[in-house]
Amino acid sequence: MSAISKVNTEPPAGTGQVGSTAAGTGQAGSNAAGTGGVGVPVLEVRGLTVTFRTEDGPLSAVDRVDFEVADQEVLAVVGESGCGKSVTAMSLAGLLPRTASVDGSVRLDGRELVGADKKTLRSIRGREIAYIFQEPMTSLNPVFTVGNQIGEVLRIHNGLSRSTARKRSVELLKLVGIPSAERRIDDYPHQLSGGMRQRVMIAMAVACDPKVLIADEPTTALDVTIQAGILDVLRGLRERLGTSIVLITHDLGVVADLADRVAVMYAGRVVETANVNELFAQPKHPYTAGLLAASPSAGRHAGTHRLNEIPGLVPVLAEQPNACTFADRCSRARDTCTTEQPLLTAEGTPNHHVACWNPVREPVEV
Amino acid sequence: MAVADVTVSAGTPLSSRRRKVVRRLLRNPLAITGLVVLGIAVFAALFAPWLAPHEPTDTHLSQAFAAPGTPGYVLGTDDLGRDVLSRIMFGLRASLHVGMLAVATSLAIGVPLGLMAGYFRTIDALISRFTDLVLAFPFLILAVGLAAIRGASLGNAAIAIGIAQIPGVIRIVRSETLRLKSLDFVSAAIVEGAGDLWVIGRHILPNAASVIIVQATVAIPAAILGEAVLSFLGLGIQPPAPSLGTMLADAQQFAAKAPWAAVMPGVAIMLIALAFNIVGDSLRDALDPKASRR
Repeated sequence: MSAISKVNTEPPAGTGQVGSTAAGTGQAGSNAAGTGGVGVPVLEVRGLTVTFRTEDGPLSAVDRVDFEVADQEVLAVVGESGCGKSVTAMSLAGLLPRTASVDGSVRLDGRELVGADKKTLRSIRGREIAYIFQEPMTSLNPVFTVGNQIGEVLRIHNGLSRSTARKRSVELLKLVGIPSAERRIDDYPHQLSGGMRQRVMIAMAVACDPKVLIADEPTTALDVTIQAGILDVLRGLRERLGTSIVLITHDLGVVADLADRVAVMYAGRVVETANVNELFAQPKHPYTAGLLAASPSAGRHAGTHRLNEIPGLVPVLAEQPNACTFADRCSRARDTCTTEQPLLTAEGTPNHHVACWNPVREPVEV
Repeated sequence: MAVADVTVSAGTPLSSRRRKVVRRLLRNPLAITGLVVLGIAVFAALFAPWLAPHEPTDTHLSQAFAAPGTPGYVLGTDDLGRDVLSRIMFGLRASLHVGMLAVATSLAIGVPLGLMAGYFRTIDALISRFTDLVLAFPFLILAVGLAAIRGASLGNAAIAIGIAQIPGVIRIVRSETLRLKSLDFVSAAIVEGAGDLWVIGRHILPNAASVIIVQATVAIPAAILGEAVLSFLGLGIQPPAPSLGTMLADAQQFAAKAPWAAVMPGVAIMLIALAFNIVGDSLRDALDPKASRR
């Protein structure tokens, strides 16, 4: 891929805290392995609950979600459509509409974001937490050149002059692997392809070197070949700028490719968190196991095999019973599953948490 | 006006972007036609005292109802023997004045209110009810009231027309703001840490500029005709001073005998309206970055 080589060969874009690539990766790896209270997480989410006021009464799209993201870690939040992963991401950036009420705690470097006033939020947004949208076609302002828009962030936060901002914008475009950045900078969004636009979005997001990057399905709207390039860019950013990434996705391939750790969401709750390798090797929640079994793999499903599926439908969010929300569809459900909500507890290794009364313990063949 | 704002805030190398817009405008033959017509109108209005063959109020009773082409009266005369061409040239002054002032008034008040109504949901209801109020208030009563307070004059007529046009501007800008606000690039600006004013000024207003321009080009001819209504009632320009609208209205009585007295100012109004529309459309296209693909 030309993108990754670009990222790795460009000189550091004046960020100062770029360690050597190898050290960066090593650190990320050890963090991911040892996030059991070791080291202070950059982003700490505790009991995050998002409730929408609707005509049919309150509806909790996100129900007491806990997770944390360590420095330089890529946490993937996985789940099917409507499980609350995008709402979780939006609540981290404070992007939810007024009809939503957010409870619980989101701490960025120890600073509380839930209920923070507008001024605090404005100073944090862009500079410490940044966001990449799913749809690159609408996330750039059509009337300004891309250089102008990247420069916007720098001018808001760093008070850079137009010419300095422009110079830095070229560096950022190179960082995200846009060829002939000096010329591309004067292009309008409609002159760029979807993949290029998404790269521009990423350049805008990392312009101020944020600590945490929230990527809400960054590759969903793109071709598979373009996807790989974008994932390379994200990986490069983590290694070169030391950015932590919260990756929202429903694509297990993307998770396997990029993530260090995974949080699986189902019907507004986190049902399992684990290191990526452990999760794929030994899923403990029946839902995770079902999800993995349902994804096609070349060897197993070639030819006659029908894809495994999880029976039933996702429950309506308004009815969050005091029970396991997956119980109705679960083949391992017991009586307790319908009367009491399971909480995340360590299972097996200290980093592997699962919210299940009857977790899968036997090795799963995936 | 909004147009100027867009150009100022948009380009990275400022002058080059503005030059590009001008170049694009001048490459369009239709735009040139519109600009030429407007240029002639403005020129004729500005230099009317020197260019007009007669005083616009001088009566030549012996020459009453002279047909167009009569020596000395190229476009004919009206019932009092006043030269139609001279009256059109002076009438343009009044009409252009009213058109610009009215639209400037409605944009100056309507655009900010529309932006606020669309962007800040909390004051939306307040502004929208104000819009309904102005809409419900009869335009003529408003003009009469204003004339009673400030005296009947062209300026006051223009302001009354401008006020009557505010609701339309508010509604158009508000709905455009609502649409733009839901787009991702606005959310993206917010998560970048941009403040409300920044988002409105940089992301919403420039993207709403095209609908504002179109609204303005439609509103100018409407204001010119509105002035005729007010002048007819004695609330605008005072006779015998001419405006295109009053000429049109006065000529109705003898339209069968001297149709040119009504047709000529009518054609002038039509040409101006058309020219404004064409220039507005071309300007909107020239400001659209996507047009450069052609």
